[in-house]
Amino acid sequence: MQHTLIALVENKPGVLNRVASLFRRRNFNIESLNVGHTDRKDISRMTIVINSDEVDARKVEANLYKLVNVIDVQDVSTQPAVIRDLALIKVKAALDQRAEIANLASIFRGRIVDVAADSVIVEITGTEDKIESLIELLRPFGILEMVRTGQVAMLRGGYEPVRHTPGAGSNGHHPEEVLEFD
Amino acid sequence: MELSGAEILWECLMREGVEVVFGIPGGANMPIYDAMLKYPVHHVLVRHEQGAAHMADGYARASGKVGVALATSGPGATNLVTGIATAMMDSSPVVFITGQVHAHLIGGDAFQETDVTGITLPITKHNYLVTRAEEIAQVVREAFYIARTGRPGPVLIDICKNAQIQKTEFVYPEKIELPGYKPPRTAPPSELKKAAQMIKESRRPVILAGHGLLISRAYREMQELSHRAHIPVAMTLLGIGSMPASDPHNLGMMGMHGEAYCNLAIQNADLLIALGMRFDDRVTGNLKTYAPHAKKIHVEIDPSEVHKNVVVDLPLFGDLKAVLTDLLPYVEEARHDEWFDQIEEWRAESDSRDIIYWPDDGKLYTAHVIRSIWEATQGKATLATGVGQHQMWAAQYYPFEEPYRFITSGGAGTMGFGVPAALGVWFTDKSRDVWVIDGDGSFQMTQAELSTIVQEGASVKIAIMNNHFLGMVRQWQEFFFESRYAATPLHGPDFVKIAEAHGIPAQRITKPEEVKDALQFANQTPGPVLLDFWVEKEEAVYPMVPAGADLHDMIRRPVREKSPA
Repeated sequence: MQHTLIALVENKPGVLNRVASLFRRRNFNIESLNVGHTDRKDISRMTIVINSDEVDARKVEANLYKLVNVIDVQDVSTQPAVIRDLALIKVKAALDQRAEIANLASIFRGRIVDVAADSVIVEITGTEDKIESLIELLRPFGILEMVRTGQVAMLRGGYEPVRHTPGAGSNGHHPEEVLEFD
Repeated sequence: MELSGAEILWECLMREGVEVVFGIPGGANMPIYDAMLKYPVHHVLVRHEQGAAHMADGYARASGKVGVALATSGPGATNLVTGIATAMMDSSPVVFITGQVHAHLIGGDAFQETDVTGITLPITKHNYLVTRAEEIAQVVREAFYIARTGRPGPVLIDICKNAQIQKTEFVYPEKIELPGYKPPRTAPPSELKKAAQMIKESRRPVILAGHGLLISRAYREMQELSHRAHIPVAMTLLGIGSMPASDPHNLGMMGMHGEAYCNLAIQNADLLIALGMRFDDRVTGNLKTYAPHAKKIHVEIDPSEVHKNVVVDLPLFGDLKAVLTDLLPYVEEARHDEWFDQIEEWRAESDSRDIIYWPDDGKLYTAHVIRSIWEATQGKATLATGVGQHQMWAAQYYPFEEPYRFITSGGAGTMGFGVPAALGVWFTDKSRDVWVIDGDGSFQMTQAELSTIVQEGASVKIAIMNNHFLGMVRQWQEFFFESRYAATPLHGPDFVKIAEAHGIPAQRITKPEEVKDALQFANQTPGPVLLDFWVEKEEAVYPMVPAGADLHDMIRRPVREKSPA
């Protein structure tokens, strides 16, 4: 099943590398990874989508926590969440096809953001399914180029985030404490 | 007060209580070495940076303090890599401080520039690249805190040369903020009660005692649990010492070369209480058939270890000492006499095969040599080992009554660990009786550190179990590759002459009757001594669970007549 994790990480050089290196060395297969700013300058936000069973999803979560720069990990897979992906699709379009493509795009609440002599760029935002559907409809015209951001996710208001890893939250971290050795 | 970055580094190290550091100077860390002269710290000049890493690691394992190793950029830092990985696999708190080229040269393939934070990212608990002097105090404080807390591990600080030289105001950080670092503390009472109930309901429980018990200093609490609820204790290689060998609850070592009765106890248990261990493949064998009848409780500080190899019934997250202390009030006294009787039966059967009871047949067996070393040291020595057959025999035939006396590379299995680790151990307490049990293959990997031992005047006794083979690989070739000995025969040098070239008194022992005198010679000679035991060449470590086989599916030593005496 698909698991969507949200990781808040310190906005420091090399943090993306640490996360990517973790996925590689633990042999975790990720579907998509999106990184961006938050409202706080010192914190970045990652949305990680993985196709795995429950056990592996927990492993990803626990291993993310092992990284010192990872502050919080939430699993929004089983919670009501807004999940969005953005795609730019450059489609081959002769003059007489433009209207048809624009029509298709608008059905999906997409829009044309660039028009050239023989192509247009369609911009679409939405869930993965919705974008997949539009892509399939545009494919017969000839897709010249495509890019997708990967999913970004946010829990709907009024719901508490799910954290599976112990140590997350208030349990732990006593900066002034030193382990005594007898 | 304005100080250079290098001086700030030493100011911080002094505040962390660092007394000894191991390393080699080079172009990119010279300011650190120059500033060192102003501080009361002992520097041990190693012959290869791998040695520095293992020494700092040995120091950390034996004392629980954070070890410190220094190296320059490029090859100096890359030479540390094996030692860093070794510390990582065994959760050893070591801070590695490497020099790096000037910050403005980074990325330009400057002389002796290597991406050290990149290389060590997967083999450190955390690492830092420091480009400005202002960052040093904060980073050093964080590094030591991260290295020794939670599940300990190595932390590397790569300091650019300009940051070492730059002067800046020295402000020691009063506190550190690590918003993403929250090791769990202890388990909630509801979970502890569940654990106590599982213990109460069990009829055939076994405690799996791991390295975590030593790291967390929780072995006495574990012993209390074992005694109170009458539970036998199986130890991992690195858990050795957590239960005194003479304790009737002790089952010795588990796993690939564990005692047969210990493995059988695990396979027949109805409850496993895993304490600070991680179900390594060398411990479990085939996971599909591992302890099939047992419920499993796993006490772990690192959540990523739980359900990693073995899915458990009840995880308890937290520091072992805290969890066990909190658990004990819920644990009731119990007796499991039938279970212990059953294990005794298995133990008697194991004894009938044990080489230690073989009559003297004129051959020199490593097991017998190690038992003689145990006798000659009254069982009180600290042993550092290499990796291979000698390591397993040391684990099997030197019974330890105390923790922190068996210093060995478990997870990484790093040959060459013994000699440098032993020197690190010696620095924790110079009155300690420190021995290296090494193989001829392992010894040659870090033999250069003999001269470090001499330069430091360290009293380290080195016993080489010389079988003229890479013995463990030879054993696998014998068992699994029809005795085709590809690249395992070793034509070693004359180790006695090598020792003597270093000014180290040495003897060669080839017969059983020479062992006692040689050990007496080692004990009576002050300072380092090397003993070169020419042991049986094609002897195998028994029992052996072939890699990936069921834990109860052991290759056993054939039964042999006991001595008539």
